Amino acid sequence: MTTEKIRHPVPPGLPHGISSLLAAQHLAVLATHHQGQPHVSLVAFAAGPDGRQLLFATTRTSRKYANLQADPRAALLIDSRGQAAADFHEAAALSAKGPVREVTGADRDGLAALFLAKQPHLREFVNSPTCALMALQVQVYELASRFQQVLTYRLSP
Amino acid sequence: MSLLIPLDHITPALLPQIGGKAFVLAQLAQQGFRVPRAASLPIAAYNAYVDATGLRERILMELNRKDFQDMRWEEIWDAALRIRNMFLTTPLPADLAAALTAAVHEFCGDAAVAVRSSAPGEDSAQASFAGLHESYVNVRGAEAIVQHILLVWASLWSDAALLYRQELGLDVAASAMAVVIQELVTGECSGVAFSRSPADDTQTVIEAVYGLNQGLVDGVVEPDRWLIDRQNRRLTHVPPSSRPAAYQPEGQTVALRDLDPRQAARPPLTESQVWEIFALAQQAEAAFGSPQDVEWTIRQGDVHVLQSRPITTVATEKKDQRPWYLSLRRSFANLQMLRQRIEGELLPAMTAAADAFQQEDLANLSDADLAAASQRRREAYNHWKAVYWRDFIPFAHGMRLFGQLYNDAMRPQDPYEFMTLLAGAPLASLARNRRLEALAAQVRQDAALAELVRQRRVSALPPEFQRELDEFLRQFGDLSCPVTGGQCQQGPEAILRLVLEMADHPPRAAAPPVDAASLTQAFFEKFTGSKRQEAAAILELAQASYRLRDDDNLYLGRLEAQKTAAMNEARRRLQDRGLDLSAELPDDEILKALQNPAYVPQLPEKAEQTSSAVIEQARQLIGQPAGPGLARGPARVIQAFADLADFHHGEILVCDAVDPNMTFVVPLAAAVVERRGGMLIHGAIIAREYGLPCVTGVADATRLIHTGDTITVDGYLGLVIID
Repeated sequence: MTTEKIRHPVPPGLPHGISSLLAAQHLAVLATHHQGQPHVSLVAFAAGPDGRQLLFATTRTSRKYANLQADPRAALLIDSRGQAAADFHEAAALSAKGPVREVTGADRDGLAALFLAKQPHLREFVNSPTCALMALQVQVYELASRFQQVLTYRLSP
Repeated sequence: MSLLIPLDHITPALLPQIGGKAFVLAQLAQQGFRVPRAASLPIAAYNAYVDATGLRERILMELNRKDFQDMRWEEIWDAALRIRNMFLTTPLPADLAAALTAAVHEFCGDAAVAVRSSAPGEDSAQASFAGLHESYVNVRGAEAIVQHILLVWASLWSDAALLYRQELGLDVAASAMAVVIQELVTGECSGVAFSRSPADDTQTVIEAVYGLNQGLVDGVVEPDRWLIDRQNRRLTHVPPSSRPAAYQPEGQTVALRDLDPRQAARPPLTESQVWEIFALAQQAEAAFGSPQDVEWTIRQGDVHVLQSRPITTVATEKKDQRPWYLSLRRSFANLQMLRQRIEGELLPAMTAAADAFQQEDLANLSDADLAAASQRRREAYNHWKAVYWRDFIPFAHGMRLFGQLYNDAMRPQDPYEFMTLLAGAPLASLARNRRLEALAAQVRQDAALAELVRQRRVSALPPEFQRELDEFLRQFGDLSCPVTGGQCQQGPEAILRLVLEMADHPPRAAAPPVDAASLTQAFFEKFTGSKRQEAAAILELAQASYRLRDDDNLYLGRLEAQKTAAMNEARRRLQDRGLDLSAELPDDEILKALQNPAYVPQLPEKAEQTSSAVIEQARQLIGQPAGPGLARGPARVIQAFADLADFHHGEILVCDAVDPNMTFVVPLAAAVVERRGGMLIHGAIIAREYGLPCVTGVADATRLIHTGDTITVDGYLGLVIID
């Protein structure tokens, strides 16, 4: 499991291995596709209060945005690797799968504030009229730890 | 810079690099004590080796397969064995090997040396690692010395050392090992001196043996003891019961040799030498400012100090668990005695107890007598279960002792290759399964017989088949009762079902033949003379240990069956009274109701199930690879013995621990998954005998895997994948 210090509130109801990764990590890898061709991007993310939504921001002109408009199914990888040999016994990797929607309307202010509480340096970016706040609604978490142990967590809607 | 640091170059600043043993030797030398010429190989060499070869991460991955707290010590032993083998099979990088060999050669040439562990933190006042790490005495020649340096490094990861560091809360990941290379002083006699006795600090204790110190340290040679009152200098001599033998250098090691009778007749120290050692102990205490445990040897009248360390037991309140950890290592002599006790006393006594219970006619006992009989059977079972843990489980060390000898001699890529030399010994449960297979073979070939069995028309079965069935029931029948959910001695139902299931499928092919004979021969060729005889004796012991690992379960299983039979009779009587009995009703409640007709048995309160919106499922679980192979099939999770009755051919047996009664179904299984960990446990041994993929030590296996799940067992990597 991750040994990093938890700097953000841990979403309740999820196993510690998941909630601590969500709280400690700042960047995630987003997987989308364009006509079957996989496409991956690095995104800054924050977890919603119950850990069932994962928020990230992107401009509406980006490739990932276009991909998600065509097919909202996506996956996010959040991990605690340190790019060292010790990763093999220490690092944990969490994969989240589910549909992504753009956050609009009444929800946006609250979720944008939550996102910026974790990523304050992205204030200008998020507040730009061309930037979309996106939310992945998690259906399944897959947590890999100890190099090869994989547990799946299905979240009821 | 040379890799080796001679004693006279050692300064206090180097302590974290060279470890306590080297540092103390340097201090002794600098204070004028006579110490053997020595040099330290600091932890830098260890670190360079484990970093350049990738061993550092491989070790941590091995230890991180599971939470250390959740590991049984058998699993820790297995991890330690695998790690030790990594050191044996991972050569030093060429440049380090060349530099180290040159430095060692320059230091000691062809002189015999001792290669000793000197872990930082070792021999400090806070923690005594004495005996936890390895030292090797009488090693000669740079190449051999370098090989033994690897063994000393590996001993940093022995099961005892791992457990002890865990106990002290030391960071396992940060540990490293330094080594002392010390010229061997072959004394005529050797010993230890405690400047203050751990038992009574008004006294100094001196212990001495002829020859080298090994016998004294290992507890093999009983020493002469002298107790000296530190105040009034009164001297008391306590001779040993006899002085039969002494350790002497021999070849590349040391060996126990008989003493000359004239030598054996007198103590190894003269009185003036006793006083010389006494003075030495007081000087060491004064030099280090605390009570000391001094190891010494006398050569041609000169006393040499081999090492000195603080006595940790004086005035320390904290309970020292180290002796317990050390007891995990058992000597050959100790295991031989244990074997005699088990084979000569314990197993016959268990058989006698089970036989006596079998004579009792439960059906004709009064309710009160039945309650008393049940109680006696429970007590007997609990007693023998305790014996099982105390004496039978430690006897598994016989396999371990051989495993280490084999791996040292052969350096195999597979650290469990030694099991091949143990397998094939006749196991009781395999004999039982062969009898079942013989019955199944008849049914397979004879459709008419199969139909009779299917209809359970026992009386119509051919006499010859019936005779074999009766014989099986007589010999093993009472073991089958848990398979039927606790219906003991109720006839051949369970066995017939099993025979039919086996007959419906082709017989299981025997495990691929392994050439045990040529491996055994190659192993013996590594030894000559008396060493070969010793190796043969250890192999023989290990084979007995391997057999018992299986058979002991059957002995205990018979007693358990007797206990169950009495409880079943009690349940039957309560049901006859019209009571509606739940299977979960505890035995105590049953017995209370049996003795008191007015009593209504109570179900235990159940913990409330918490519902959760998050559903946990396992995708891939990690355990220990305990039997090579790959298999895929439906899981059959055994939560209770009754679940075995539903076992079908081709299913994967998933259980908490393979119990003797479960081995019935192993020939039907495609693979075995066990929560309990270890390579040398019953389930792993049986799986290996049948050539089945096996993964043990899967935490929560019976919770995370469900009957009917399609699972894949990767017995090479120790993984279970759930579809």
